[in-house]
Amino acid sequence: MIDRLWRRATAHIDGLLLVAVLLLLLVGMVTLYSASNQSLDRMEIKLFNIGVAFVVMWVVANTPLTQVVRLALPAYLVALVLLVAVALVGDVRNGARRWLDLGVISLQPSELMKIALPLALAWYFDRHESTLRLSNFVIAAGLFVLPVLLILRQPDLGTALLIATSGCYVLFLAGLPWKIILGLGATALAALPLAWSVMHDYQRTRVLILLDPTQDPLGAGYHTIQSTIAVGSGGWFGKGWLGGTQTHLDFLPERTTDFIFAVYSEEFGLLGNVLLLVLFLLVVARGLVITLNAPTVFTRLVAGSVTMTFATYAFVNMGMVSGILPVVGVPLPLISYGGTALVSAFFGFGLLMSIATHRQLIKS
Amino acid sequence: MPQFVELKNLEGERSEFRRRVAFAAVFVLALFVVLLARFVFLQVMKHEYYYTQAEANRISLVPIVPNRGLILDRHGTVLAHNFTAYTLEINPTVVRDLEATIDALSQLIEIAPKDRRRFKRLLDESRKLGAIPIRTRLSEDEIARFAANRYRFPGVEINARLFRRYPNGTLASHVVGYIGRINQRDMEMLEADGRLSNYRGSEHIGKTGLEQMYERELHGTTGLEQVEVDSGGRAVRTLSRTAPVSGNNLQLHLDLRLQQAAEEAFGGRRGALVAIDPETGGVLAFVSKPGFDPNLFIDGIDPPTWNELNNHPDRPMVNRALTGQYPPGSTYKPFMALAALELGRRTPQYSINDIGYFTLPGNSHQYRDWKVGGHGSVDLHKSIVISCDTYYYQLAFDLGIDTISNFMRQFGFGARTGLDMVGEAVGINPSQEWKQRRFRQKWYVGDTISIGIGQGYNVTTLLQLANATATIANRGVVYRPHLVNHIQDATSLAQRAVLAEPVRRLDFRREHWDVVHRAMVDVNMPGGTGHRAFADAKYQVGGKTGTSQVIAIKQGQRYDASKIDERHRDHALYVAYAPADNPKIALAVLVENAGGGGAQAAPLARAVIDFFLMGRPVTPIDAPSAAGGAGSGSGSIGAERD
Repeated sequence: MIDRLWRRATAHIDGLLLVAVLLLLLVGMVTLYSASNQSLDRMEIKLFNIGVAFVVMWVVANTPLTQVVRLALPAYLVALVLLVAVALVGDVRNGARRWLDLGVISLQPSELMKIALPLALAWYFDRHESTLRLSNFVIAAGLFVLPVLLILRQPDLGTALLIATSGCYVLFLAGLPWKIILGLGATALAALPLAWSVMHDYQRTRVLILLDPTQDPLGAGYHTIQSTIAVGSGGWFGKGWLGGTQTHLDFLPERTTDFIFAVYSEEFGLLGNVLLLVLFLLVVARGLVITLNAPTVFTRLVAGSVTMTFATYAFVNMGMVSGILPVVGVPLPLISYGGTALVSAFFGFGLLMSIATHRQLIKS
Repeated sequence: MPQFVELKNLEGERSEFRRRVAFAAVFVLALFVVLLARFVFLQVMKHEYYYTQAEANRISLVPIVPNRGLILDRHGTVLAHNFTAYTLEINPTVVRDLEATIDALSQLIEIAPKDRRRFKRLLDESRKLGAIPIRTRLSEDEIARFAANRYRFPGVEINARLFRRYPNGTLASHVVGYIGRINQRDMEMLEADGRLSNYRGSEHIGKTGLEQMYERELHGTTGLEQVEVDSGGRAVRTLSRTAPVSGNNLQLHLDLRLQQAAEEAFGGRRGALVAIDPETGGVLAFVSKPGFDPNLFIDGIDPPTWNELNNHPDRPMVNRALTGQYPPGSTYKPFMALAALELGRRTPQYSINDIGYFTLPGNSHQYRDWKVGGHGSVDLHKSIVISCDTYYYQLAFDLGIDTISNFMRQFGFGARTGLDMVGEAVGINPSQEWKQRRFRQKWYVGDTISIGIGQGYNVTTLLQLANATATIANRGVVYRPHLVNHIQDATSLAQRAVLAEPVRRLDFRREHWDVVHRAMVDVNMPGGTGHRAFADAKYQVGGKTGTSQVIAIKQGQRYDASKIDERHRDHALYVAYAPADNPKIALAVLVENAGGGGAQAAPLARAVIDFFLMGRPVTPIDAPSAAGGAGSGSGSIGAERD
């Protein structure tokens, strides 16, 4: 009886993916304990968040993709309407209009769009599977340019770029011709000087500070300088758990959220970093395998986009902490403290697991 | 066959998809290799460098807030300065139960409900995680008591901080303005200007008045101290120090004693006064009554006090001299007279027969003079001295609105003067085009008539009126008025003058200035509307009375102050310059809802000019009597507004 129940519960759970994810969560908990100066409160909240995230993942994993397809377009439209609402009546927090106050809860519709956009694009390509033309790609591009522009206006450059990237992954996997990809890439490169010429002085200053943080050691460059020192001072083996001076002497900003990787890196060194990279790659590899075996266009594109977006977040966060990318507000998946990002990551894992385990059912 | 093609295509797409997934895998791998390379670079190759950096990062960079510049009047009297005081501060990220902590603290140190409310507000709008003051200006006793109990309060600390003080309280409060805690909007503004890093450690920023206008000068440059800290983060010793650069001092043109004389002359009455040096455009006095105590705002004002100030019927937070817009009333007549002479539409000798009202051709509507039955034969000189309305109704009709508008623009009506203050009102210098734009309506001839006596759509600020009067006084030089004379480097004391270049020169004929000047001097002679206020003055003064209507009086009715709600009574106005032969001061003064300008506003001008020219101590002036003195000596009161 218990045995059957267990099998029921785990029927749609992908074991390999789950193990990699659990290991990453473990790393996250260990690091958070140190980063928060051993705050048990934070640990409790994170455990609770993980609990919620698991429930979400389980529910999604047990939902056949045929159900998800139907939700793709409505979810996208709702997210789009909410984004417009934010632009009109949203709350301003930290200088950007990102939040929508619904009385009971406040919502950041750009978070919803992160999930809804790839789903909608995948749905679109799925519908036009047999008759795919260039014009379909143009329409699909329109589907993601609209929300990206709305988020850019908030302004939230980081999120806008990441959502655009996830859209690009779908276009790429859907078979956007190479010629066009190269052409667009070349155009973007060529447009850089133009963008520079229309920027305000203060915007140029910001770009220059991104390139050389030492120009503004008290202001915008401070985060990068301190986190780079943290990473570099870790060496081969790190300073040991709870031993990071950058962390514990309060030099690192945002050290439980966006910059938690600096804490990890300082205390566990290059060896720890390699372990972390391997764990992330494990998740990505499993995701891509699921993508390869996915039965329909919709599932293929969803699985591919979820996996690639996950990889991108990890890359962007570690890149920014180690000083090769500008500081944009991107958390490190599964490691950073913060409920929303955790739940949306697990939503993605749920999709992957559903795709992996509902395959036979769809085929038959 | 088609089926076969379809299949093959599908197969082709499949393999293309597989290629693309493989490409994606390689892409991710490449990205991770880049990361790995970066880690190796930082953690192996540059490890020693960064390790030393981290060790040296026992060296903490501490911003040192610069001294804010002082604000001084023309004689060096301090209007705003700084002092050091101890504050009790709570770090909300460390303290878990704020309420309980504050309750416990209040056992040791007096914490008023006001302090709690302020703390709560600061907590809500706080821009960063850091200590927030719960009590400021602790006494020695209180410091000692807290020090003894310190161990009980982790996250609570006493810090020495610089405070701003405005030693003169409400005096000149609208000029000086105040500083307040930096809020989210200030942060965004600073970030957009690229000035944010200079405000690390700064708690305050100029919010209104000169404190706001000259924020860039006053703030100074933040210094940096490198402090070595032990493993617990406590400072051990200072390693190096880049000294902060104090903000620059502002030396005003304003004379605080004159300002005080003017404010005292107002007594409890509401209104505004602007006095300008006609030779430079420097502002000598800038009064808006009532004022407020700017010291209330420094630590963050508590909400009830703020609401009380903001909702008070006397509106003490409104800068009347800068933003109050009033019809200029009869003070407009000298400008109209100049227009008539300069444009060749009147000679000084030309007289009208005033029968007590003016009518448009073919219309029975009467535009009444303030004097029932009229003034009889009136030439230009007399029209100013006795403030004849009919003369100017006729003149406005003859000139036409656009001619008037174009002429008045030269004196700066309908445009900001450019005073060094934020938020100056524009006023209205009406024209056909203006009415079309504003109301989408045609201009009627009837609209023009009351413009002649400074009513109708016409509104000006006291600042504009004073500046235009200065232009009459100096025979046609229009300055950009300025409050600040010099900006002074706080250490070297080197001075930088605020340039007082004329904006333009009005090239009018000498005789025309003379005619108007003579008439304005005679306003204060026996028979003139300002005579009573300036009886036995030791100098000659040019002036003009005015009354600014608040509500329209119906045809066939007379203005009766006792029947009108106090806030709907006329404003009393007066413009003046002195000494008449070589003017050193030009001013405009308005007393709200006081009645006639000759009786209510001219004595204020007298008090200010007396003080300025002779240093005579001012005897307080009685509050206005209920009758309002609307009868004798007042300007126009019978004009009709549409």
